[in-house]
Amino acid sequence: MRRQIPVLITGIVGVILVLQYFIPHPPFNRMANWSSDWFSIVAAFAIWLGALNLFKTSLEKIYSRKGEWGYAIIIVVFFLLVAIAGFAEGRDFRNPGTGFDWLYNYIYSPLSSTMYAILAFFVASASYRAFRARNLDATLLLLAAFFVMLGRVPVGDLMTSFLPENYRLSALASWIMNYPNTAGQRAVMIGIALGIVSASLRIILGIERSHLGGE
Amino acid sequence: MKRYLIRRATISNGASGAFSQVGETPAGAASFSDAQTDDDSTYVYSVSAANDSTVNGRLVWKAETASVTSAPVRSSAQWFDFQRINVFVGVIILSALIMYYIKRAKSGKSLFIRKIAGLEAVDEAVGRATEMGRKIFYIPGSQDMDQVQTLAGITILGRVAEMAAQYEAGLDVPVSRSLVMVTCREVVKEAYAKAGRPDSFQENQVRYLTDDQFGYAAAIDGMVVREKPATIFLMGMFFAESLILAETGNSVGAIQIAGTGEPSQLPFFIAACDYTLIGEELFVASAYLSREPRQLGSLKGQDIGKGLILLAIIIGIILESFQIAHVSKLFKVIGQ
Repeated sequence: MRRQIPVLITGIVGVILVLQYFIPHPPFNRMANWSSDWFSIVAAFAIWLGALNLFKTSLEKIYSRKGEWGYAIIIVVFFLLVAIAGFAEGRDFRNPGTGFDWLYNYIYSPLSSTMYAILAFFVASASYRAFRARNLDATLLLLAAFFVMLGRVPVGDLMTSFLPENYRLSALASWIMNYPNTAGQRAVMIGIALGIVSASLRIILGIERSHLGGE
Repeated sequence: MKRYLIRRATISNGASGAFSQVGETPAGAASFSDAQTDDDSTYVYSVSAANDSTVNGRLVWKAETASVTSAPVRSSAQWFDFQRINVFVGVIILSALIMYYIKRAKSGKSLFIRKIAGLEAVDEAVGRATEMGRKIFYIPGSQDMDQVQTLAGITILGRVAEMAAQYEAGLDVPVSRSLVMVTCREVVKEAYAKAGRPDSFQENQVRYLTDDQFGYAAAIDGMVVREKPATIFLMGMFFAESLILAETGNSVGAIQIAGTGEPSQLPFFIAACDYTLIGEELFVASAYLSREPRQLGSLKGQDIGKGLILLAIIIGIILESFQIAHVSKLFKVIGQ
């Protein structure tokens, strides 16, 4: 029963959600929104599980003083600080000038932006490895990247200003992005769409049960 | 004449209200669908042929000739959306193919399945962690359980956890959603029980970090740099954090197997990881690893479906090249 009931619920909900795409008649036309609402409700309750788990594991680390327990202190302190700041200001906690707003603007946002900015350096290091001309594929990748990058900056067109407009580097970059790149992306997307249909069918029919912890 | 303007008025208590424009079509169009009607309301329509002339963006003249008002029509909910009939037919064909091959596989007929390098390497990756005495990190994406990619990632986790339990390799599953944590915990627990080592499972192996995208990436980066895992699996739905995670894993020398259905993140994984499951390969991983006939059958059906789409694309290219556009219209999907 522990397996069969989730499989049954998945199957029924799956079939209904497929049907509602083709049936615009009530109650089917409301079912996608209903299921989405139910997911949000369940997820809202479940967030406590995650938050409590984080709090518990951090406290355990501090108590046992194992590994990098210093980081656990930071987690617990800021966990409590943000929660207290949020609860203390009631429903207006997001308004400008509140303590929560200050924590958000001056601690959370800069940290988030810093992580995002690191991406630029990682793109450079990954590109350096990927664009080494070791074989034919990598050489093609290198050439495509070279022309697209040059074509996207003004100096690219300046270097090829003696050519007619349609043959300059910016035109070549656009051609690479619009044709070979789009064709490749679409091939991947068709494969993904078919994969999703196949995986969904396996889950709806109960053939795929690994996510329930069993065969 | 440049275009047709479609105007609509509501009939209330037998009297027509004022007409207002509900859409326009280019000259030569023979049909228009009004998707903005209320059920059980009665409407009348009028079509105007419109023309105008502008000089340097300034309107010089315009002219309209209105048709007679149509007979009243009543809007009502339909039991089938015929604008989506092509999608319906496609789903039926694909589902029938998958079901046929599942049945065929169940009857014991052997099916050829091409090798997927990323999945062949799973054994090697888990074995490497065991030999090195270091951990395996399994990251099931940054999205929630309502994404099929997360589900696909979790199905692979079951196989990896089972192998890790058999080889007695350490496994850590840091997650970014509470529901994913609960599901992954159950999957890993069952996998350890199946491998005959239920006592080796610890709840803290699967732990929640944060819902925040970059907070999650920062936390995992910290763990990777400190603990230097031998193997990292990145399977599920990723966005901008994909390269941050993969490059950090690369910097500590971990063997990395990634898989995602996000086309924009695939180049990052290909550049930074040892093996990448490209799109559909992520969804077939569970079937491929389990070698269960019913699952392998669905894989074969999916491949045949892909072949049919390829055939339709080739025929479409030939027909469009000869300016025969009627067939491509059959594939147009109206509304989402």
